[in-house]
Amino acid sequence: MNYFELFAIAQGFEVNLVELKHKYLELQRAVHPDKFANASERERLLAVQKAAQINDAFDVLKASDTRAQYLLELAGIELAHETQTLKDPMFLMQQMELREALEDITSASDPEQALISFQDEISGFIKEINGQFVELFAKNDQMSLGKAADLVRKLKFMLKLADEALRIEEKVFAF
Amino acid sequence: MAYSEKLLDHYENPRNVGSFDKNDPKIATGMVGAPACGDVMKLQLKINDAGVIEDAKFKTYGCGSAIASSSLVTEWVKGKSLDEAGAITNRDIADELALPPVKIHCSILAEDAIKAAIDDYKAKS
Repeated sequence: MNYFELFAIAQGFEVNLVELKHKYLELQRAVHPDKFANASERERLLAVQKAAQINDAFDVLKASDTRAQYLLELAGIELAHETQTLKDPMFLMQQMELREALEDITSASDPEQALISFQDEISGFIKEINGQFVELFAKNDQMSLGKAADLVRKLKFMLKLADEALRIEEKVFAF
Repeated sequence: MAYSEKLLDHYENPRNVGSFDKNDPKIATGMVGAPACGDVMKLQLKINDAGVIEDAKFKTYGCGSAIASSSLVTEWVKGKSLDEAGAITNRDIADELALPPVKIHCSILAEDAIKAAIDDYKAKS
């Protein structure tokens, strides 16, 4: 049973996060240790294993990059433990510039506004990547899936930037 | 996790941080990124007419191990020919800094940055 089947949701990149969370809590309730207080040791053990599986599944499905990575894995493309480096100069140049821009935000004349436009820019990039991923993944041939894998690699850089922007947000908006 | 003194030294006092003009024909620029952690590294080499690396600078956005790996590499490549610099392996870097196994990819990043810079130089000349 794959993670989508476990949560009884449609297998695909688009996931309703509210529904996912709801299903997660429902599944966790069903295997809660309290329900197995009087069960056999074997049943208790199975419930614990199931709970761990539900947690793993939720962690993978809730974030867009791990979800995309998991979809590719189901399609036979392993991305999870790769140590290969990305060498796309145009993309990396852009990453460098974005990181430099992020560094400069705290010293901008209006850091709040600068941060908001930066975050808008990053969300724009993420949306674009996500849209392209859905399109390529749907084609389901080896070449498209390979390109989709490259998009997931790029998505990880963008999500990292979004994360760092969030950390700066705490500084900028701190009272 | 205990980090080695060499690693901490390179992290706290990184050598040769900065940039050269990437359009200068004597400058080779290598850019690499590690999707696993989102680290980005830029390594630039200043190469003289004899094909020897005179100077090196780096800029890395990433964890301490990635910064230390790139800092170390800028020291190592100075005075080396391109072939000698290209022979530096991630193993050399990881051993020198005693990188923990989970940080080996940082040394791979630094090795690939040297290779990318050399490729850039060859494409330019």
